[in-house]
Amino acid sequence: MCLGIPGRVIEIRDDAGLPMGKVDFGGVRKEACLAYIPEVRLGDYVIVHVGFAISRVDEEEALKTLEILATMGDMVRQE
Amino acid sequence: MKYLDEYRDPVLARKLVAEIHRVVTRPWTLMEVCGGQTHTIVKQGIDEALPAGVRMIHGPGCPVCVTPLEQVDKALAIAVRPDVVFTSYGDMLRVPGSTTDLLALKARGADVRIVYSPLDALRIAVANPDRQVVFFAVGFETTAPANAMAVAEAARRGVDNFSVLVSHVLVPPAMTALLESPNNQVQAFLAAGHVCAVMGWTEYEPIAARYHVPIIVTGFEPLDLLEGILMAVRQLEEGRAEVENQYARAVRREGVPLAQRQIFEVFEVGERKWRGVGEIPRSGYRLRDPYARFDAERRFDVGEIRTNEHPACVAGAILTGEKVPLDCTAYGTLCSPQRPLGAPMVSSEGTCAAFYAAGRGL
Amino acid sequence: EGERVILGHGSGGQLSAALLRDVIAPALVPAAPGGPLNDAAVVAVGGTRLAFTTDSFVVSPIRFPGGDIGELAVNGTVNDLAMMGAQPLAISLAYVIEEGLPLEELAAVTASAARAAAAAGARIVTGDTKVVGRGAADRLFVNTAGIGVVPDGVAPSAERARAGDVVLLSGPIGLHGVAIMSVREGLEFEVEIASDTQALNNLVAAILAVEPGVRVLRDPTRGGLSSALNEIAATSGVGIVLDEGAIPVPGPVRAACEMLGLDPFHVANEGKLVAIVPAGSAAAVVDAMQALPEGADAALIGVVVADHPGMVTIRTLVGSERIVDMLVGEQLPRIC
Repeated sequence: MCLGIPGRVIEIRDDAGLPMGKVDFGGVRKEACLAYIPEVRLGDYVIVHVGFAISRVDEEEALKTLEILATMGDMVRQE
Repeated sequence: MKYLDEYRDPVLARKLVAEIHRVVTRPWTLMEVCGGQTHTIVKQGIDEALPAGVRMIHGPGCPVCVTPLEQVDKALAIAVRPDVVFTSYGDMLRVPGSTTDLLALKARGADVRIVYSPLDALRIAVANPDRQVVFFAVGFETTAPANAMAVAEAARRGVDNFSVLVSHVLVPPAMTALLESPNNQVQAFLAAGHVCAVMGWTEYEPIAARYHVPIIVTGFEPLDLLEGILMAVRQLEEGRAEVENQYARAVRREGVPLAQRQIFEVFEVGERKWRGVGEIPRSGYRLRDPYARFDAERRFDVGEIRTNEHPACVAGAILTGEKVPLDCTAYGTLCSPQRPLGAPMVSSEGTCAAFYAAGRGL
Repeated sequence: EGERVILGHGSGGQLSAALLRDVIAPALVPAAPGGPLNDAAVVAVGGTRLAFTTDSFVVSPIRFPGGDIGELAVNGTVNDLAMMGAQPLAISLAYVIEEGLPLEELAAVTASAARAAAAAGARIVTGDTKVVGRGAADRLFVNTAGIGVVPDGVAPSAERARAGDVVLLSGPIGLHGVAIMSVREGLEFEVEIASDTQALNNLVAAILAVEPGVRVLRDPTRGGLSSALNEIAATSGVGIVLDEGAIPVPGPVRAACEMLGLDPFHVANEGKLVAIVPAGSAAAVVDAMQALPEGADAALIGVVVADHPGMVTIRTLVGSERIVDMLVGEQLPRIC
């Protein structure tokens, strides 16, 4: 339904009234419209779908998910 | 790639599979709503790693495949016009209408172009003022802010040779229609992560409560899906039915307000037919009056095109889990990936296409 | 109205196979010998076996990161001959030129074709040039054909894979396809990547020195690794099981495929080969390949099995097995 890929914002500029950014997806760089998340800063990660940033990736939540999964197995062993 | 590779860790994946096996005590039927989720489940064989009783039904979540035959026929009627440059996401080019598809029209000389973003379609319109540039605006709520922005920009900058053929669909009405169906077997949903990134998950809370079904906002990587399934079966085993957010790194409860505001400035909710399922009330977007002049249906007078779909197609029953492709008389004969009838065969990961690729029942 | 040719028939996937099977092969019956389809035919001339192949190149743009249509065409024919174990002897070079192509571009393409031929030890012995009106060709189309002698005791062919053999890959996949996509009109994106177009005749010579009995050699161009392996599985009537972790996919290729919703197994290569060898000689062949730059990343990526004949599968991250399907038609970027 919506292929969205996380990438790092490496450039921010205005293009004829539209806030645009250059986003780096692991070695591939492409333009994306930042109009919907103006709070984004250089170095932030955003999810891009059809050339639009639709969400800013929350680094803290990202790590928390992985920690929960990493420790989950230990609970199983303790039982 | 950061924020992708970490969620494809085989060790954590197998831990999650083991935990799901530990938690599940009886059969459960789940649906992952989004085509992108189906893609990962099928490509990683996640459904085969689950306990035997846990069944994953592939949802209607691919805008390409649920686009009704009628909309495709309107697209074809517009694309053949010599004055038109017809632009579309790549997915739509192979979707068959009643008689042909956009790729075959392109082979006959129609100017059909793939675009990555709706803003690219707008650029083509600005660069070709003497041509009518039409953009096939398909998608779920995730794509609506992008399609809406293209229309708003066209209005702001006076690009009058640009228009859109809208085929937008919404998840909550489709979910409600499935739950209302008497022979629905789906007991929990993995909601589409990127739809919820835009819209938030408040509109799912009344559905979870009214139909007593767990709804897990889920991402698209293997660990996301496995964790989403684990959260769903935990709730089912404990008799709970709440909206829970697995995809916390990308989704907030209120979504992205600016995107929602842009959607509702350009679009309004309206009736929408779904391929193989029929009409679902208030399940799509259409252009609001101030933007009616950008509506390709009116500009090219194709609004009256009506197409009824092949009677043998049981796509609706496939989506509710009531039937499997082998129950369909057209499966493997009239209907195949090369000549698909309903949505589950159009999408390369749809239930029928997946059965066909595995050679099941052929 | 009857069915027509569409771009997908040129993708190297299922539609291409259907065009060959249902339209071209039946019509050729009176003149064609039949038998398995390989990258080149082998024709007996007196006691000598000659490999003979032809290929056309319609890449657009004609100059792209890592090369141009001239060297691509020569390397393509050198490689098709090499897949039969033959070193290139003589090559033809024919152009269909669109009116308006700058002469200096034609000279540059020809010079790079000459350099590629010389590097592979082959001579360009014949050719042709035709000019068509503006719009009747996309700047320049190049056809090359070639012949080469197949050494005695060497007969790799698509029907010779056997259960128990192993599948080797000479290096990372998807570089050519992504390099072209990155400069394709309407899809531009920046990426540090170059086409992997290169001649493989020396690599094949190194393989044959260690294992003249190599079963199959195939260069996976259009349709990518999955088309090559599916064709071998079907022609040999065997199954192939791949190990996803062992298949090298460069970062930029994965990133571009993630962004466009494409499968790296479907993306074109222009300087890679798949070799199927008896299990016993696998290690020696991999070592021989890794000794050359064009085989530095050679790896064992899978095994040939007796079950699910004609089908290629892969072991997934959660330990189950899924089908590696062949590209259907044109590779189209996805949003879903």
